[in-house]
Amino acid sequence: MTSTAIGSEVTAGVGTSADRPDGIPKVTGDFAYSSDLSARGTLWGATLRSPHAHARITKLDIGPALRVPGVAAIMTLDDVPGRSTFGLDVADQPVMSDGVVRYWGEAIAIVAADDAEDARRALSAIDVEYEVLTPLIDPEEADVREEVFRRLTVRRGDPGDRGEIVVEGYYETGMQDQAPLGPEAGLAIPDGEGGVDLYVATQWSHVDHEQIVASLAVDPQMVRVHLSGIGGAFGAREDVSIQIHLCLLALQTGRPVRMVYNRAESFMGHVHRHPSRMWYRHEAARDGELVRVEAKLLLDGGAYMSSSPAVIANAAYFAVGPYRCRSVHVDGVMVRTNNPPCGAMRGFGAVQSCFGYESQMDRLAEALAMDPLELRLRNALETGDHLATTGQRIDGSLPTADVINRLRAIPLPPELDASHPLHLPGGTGLTTSPENVVRGVGYAVGIKNLMFSEAFDDFTEVRIAINPVGVEIQTAAAEVGQGLITVCQQIARSVLNMEHVAVIFADTSQIGSAGSTSASRQTQMTGGAVLAAATELRDRILAEHDGDRLDQHGVWRDGELRMSLDDLCLRGPTEHHVRFRHPPTERPDENGQGNLHVDFAVAAHRAVVDVDPELGLVRIVRVDTVQDVGKVLNPKALVGQIEGGIMQGVGLAIMEELVLEDGAVRNANFTDYLLPTFADAPDVVAEFVEEPSHFGPFGAKGAGEPPTISSTPAVAAAIRAATGRPITRVPIHPDDIVGI
Amino acid sequence: MDCDWPHDLDAALSALADDPDAMLLAGGTDVMVEVNAGHANPEHVIALRRIDALRGWNGHRIGAGVTYTEMERGPYPALAQLARTVGSPQIRNAGTIGGNLGTASPAGDTLPFLAALDAEVELHSARKGVRTMRWDGFLVGVKQNARRSDEIIAAVRLPGGIPERQEFGKIGVRNAMVISMVSACVMRDGEHGTRVALGAVGPTPIRARRAEEMISTEPNPSEAALGEFVRLVREEVRPISDHRGTEAYRRHASGVLARRLLERCLAP
Amino acid sequence: MYVNGLDQTVDIRGPESLLDVLRDDLALPGSKNACEQGECGSCSVVLDGDVVCACLVMAVDAHGSTVRTVEGYADNDVLHPVQMALLEGGGVQCGFCTPGFVVAAAELFDVNPTPSTDEIREALAGNVCRCTGYGAILRGLEELADRNRREPAP
Repeated sequence: MTSTAIGSEVTAGVGTSADRPDGIPKVTGDFAYSSDLSARGTLWGATLRSPHAHARITKLDIGPALRVPGVAAIMTLDDVPGRSTFGLDVADQPVMSDGVVRYWGEAIAIVAADDAEDARRALSAIDVEYEVLTPLIDPEEADVREEVFRRLTVRRGDPGDRGEIVVEGYYETGMQDQAPLGPEAGLAIPDGEGGVDLYVATQWSHVDHEQIVASLAVDPQMVRVHLSGIGGAFGAREDVSIQIHLCLLALQTGRPVRMVYNRAESFMGHVHRHPSRMWYRHEAARDGELVRVEAKLLLDGGAYMSSSPAVIANAAYFAVGPYRCRSVHVDGVMVRTNNPPCGAMRGFGAVQSCFGYESQMDRLAEALAMDPLELRLRNALETGDHLATTGQRIDGSLPTADVINRLRAIPLPPELDASHPLHLPGGTGLTTSPENVVRGVGYAVGIKNLMFSEAFDDFTEVRIAINPVGVEIQTAAAEVGQGLITVCQQIARSVLNMEHVAVIFADTSQIGSAGSTSASRQTQMTGGAVLAAATELRDRILAEHDGDRLDQHGVWRDGELRMSLDDLCLRGPTEHHVRFRHPPTERPDENGQGNLHVDFAVAAHRAVVDVDPELGLVRIVRVDTVQDVGKVLNPKALVGQIEGGIMQGVGLAIMEELVLEDGAVRNANFTDYLLPTFADAPDVVAEFVEEPSHFGPFGAKGAGEPPTISSTPAVAAAIRAATGRPITRVPIHPDDIVGI
Repeated sequence: MDCDWPHDLDAALSALADDPDAMLLAGGTDVMVEVNAGHANPEHVIALRRIDALRGWNGHRIGAGVTYTEMERGPYPALAQLARTVGSPQIRNAGTIGGNLGTASPAGDTLPFLAALDAEVELHSARKGVRTMRWDGFLVGVKQNARRSDEIIAAVRLPGGIPERQEFGKIGVRNAMVISMVSACVMRDGEHGTRVALGAVGPTPIRARRAEEMISTEPNPSEAALGEFVRLVREEVRPISDHRGTEAYRRHASGVLARRLLERCLAP
Repeated sequence: MYVNGLDQTVDIRGPESLLDVLRDDLALPGSKNACEQGECGSCSVVLDGDVVCACLVMAVDAHGSTVRTVEGYADNDVLHPVQMALLEGGGVQCGFCTPGFVVAAAELFDVNPTPSTDEIREALAGNVCRCTGYGAILRGLEELADRNRREPAP
């Protein structure tokens, strides 16, 4: 790695804001998303779903639906040839209902028909009767009844270690949705030989593949999962939605089948961010030293497991935040209910506990009569310290104090300028005049692990090849919009001194897994694999042909071209394949102790809000951030991750929540599941701390999740500062600000 | 599905007379939400977009096909203010005042304005000719109105003497593109006194008449009078709790918003 | 109807939206299907001169109308200035909202080539983006407005 000159020879290498290769087709409308796919003779697939959160199916007769004109197939669980269940961690979710419905929107049957209208008619012709059962919807009751996916205890230090100053608090976070704009969609094409090609928007094609193969009961090579254009993900595409259904229908009918969820079905078809209830007790010495943290974290996993065990682990391991603390006692519980299943969403457990511990840190600062940032600096976790929960020594970079100090130094925004209604709470609703407005400023700091933890065998495969026009990278890593494809190109350009780099999304039969596009991992994992493969290939070429330099002209020695690129392509070596792993991690012991994580990142956020306390309305003026990114590989893409992540944090803070009633979602649409609009978007001032990671390519760290973690509590803190209200739950409703 | 694209109102009325079950389509912004969700599947549509007679705006008579974008640029300040809060520019280019009345949602944004002015709805029928109904006769419940199936909403008529001082406000959780939790329209002049109408706090718009009478033409109400005004507004609204907001908040905010709008009307 | 300058005839049987017809019958999938309620703007098209959500236009009501979709903005390989602005600002990530932004922003700049920041925000409030947080879109369009201020069109 040290021999690599970064971007010196190419114009779009590492460190530049290189253009996205998919940018032009995306602005012209030519880019093909999974919902845009079709093939000759394609059937439409559709799914019958339960209107009840908990019920027993007393009758399921597909006969009348089979007689609907245009219907090609109707399938129920009985028609699944292989494993009847799927799941990321444990296969506990029926491919279609097994006779009992466990959440609102659970799939009962699937149909394929000539067009969407025929499919819809067929669904309504299926004769299904339910015996409605009482759903278990209260997570505390589920905890008592031992309906638990995972219980986790973290014990560290001396339980008798007590602080003089004590603050206790109870906090809640609501059920957020990833709400990627692209709906779940795909196209399955049977190959005529008993196999099937699936084109789908997914975060992890290989884990889809495993689950499809198990349910179809076919040899793995019979199913090929191809990455299709992905309209955002944020965790929503890590679990199987349409994948198994589409392959079943395609093999049953022998015809291509496409399926596109509408927005309401999308809300039913993917997991959500776990709602949480958190009880916290912080104890500190008079000088502000954090002595002991006790917490109970109760997260609602909903009806099926998904990635819930890893989410509660994250919530618990980051329950103290980026702070030193001698004595820690954390109980994490992930319960099973009849609420919608929850799983991965950007921030993955670290979001929930950050709202808890940062709310507590502010309370503690108040009790200590100490500046909130001073309290955080007093306890800031740094390289060489031990993570307060797991005891892991932080060997890599962790510039916590630096991000806080840098954030504090960013100048505050100017005073309220009421020249346009969008500057005021209530916006164009004209609810609020400048004299109704109080400004508040709040801070929060968050920490997150990068890449997979707890001894997971986390790897990614990359094949890199040179050809007469340049470089080709093959990977199964999902480009969900974040810019991984650009970063991979930049890394290859910088290492191989070649401008033209193509990234080819390989299907599951062509290359091994890249792991999930999640956990802020792809820059370090697949980016790291590209660096490793490119470096190895370059070194092999130079050794083989006695060169001292490779570029787009060929192999050089002492300033003279020894072999043209064309010749090199004939003689080789031209290709290198790697399976790339990060350093191994451990499983936790019974006290949650161990070296469970590979790498960490911190970020700090400052929210400036203008609040109308009488009406409870908020305008978020600005969110400033300093983030620990290791090394900036692409400034424009990095800022895009930070600004977009902050907006999702802002959404959780003040508007985004799936509202449940008896387990049913009441707002499964974009009229009432509110996403921040352009008119709600705060300005963002983002700065980076570049303290290289011990593991990432060129020292880079994953950057996708930290923006979503502490932005939410920063907004909450700012609203507290403006109003004096306790604000113990997000999203914050107008009622909470008014004090109703 | 059959579709008519009449260019004049008589043709539309006769098509409707022949098939009173036909769906009337104006901007489509409400209807198509129902269609896309599979809740509406009309067999016959009469598209009204091409009828010039519905699109005219003559002084106090606003054609039913006038869009929110046109209202934004129109002469009445409160109507322009409310039109600006409706959805997005895309919605405002399509949605119409007639459609808002036809849908009769409790949260309909034009409705408090029309209620404050005691506007009348002009209904045309091929057989029975023209009749007008005051807003409170026309709007009869949640998404229910008194249009007969052979009638087309042709226009809204505003009575004479429209107060110059008029203010509209709308509360939602987002700062744009949001369905109102509470909306209000307050108007005032020396002749007619004060009018206060609120939306989304009852099945149909609510005129806070006791509050209106109490504050009346008082040019310089005391703090105590304003407090009483707020109290009366809160008494007169009839909000419910739903996934958009609580009954308690809506009641509270009705008073705050009405007072603020009144104070804006009173400002020199 | 006339779509991107071409006379098109489609046999429409039901109340489906213009969006469905563009995507499924006219092979113009650039307009996106993200919410089907007019709440996200991903399907923005220009219908008879006004930008609207194609999902809320009943296809039969576009009878005889002129429609411009995202596919109608680039002139062969030459991108529309708004398309360039979105790319240069970094306003494209997953890109699902991008077609709607292209159409809505192009119409905004057509009417007002030098919109202020607030005017951009308000005019595009109906176009939801889940990836960028809007900052990069805003910077790209502000830069275009600045350029138009410096070099006004003749």
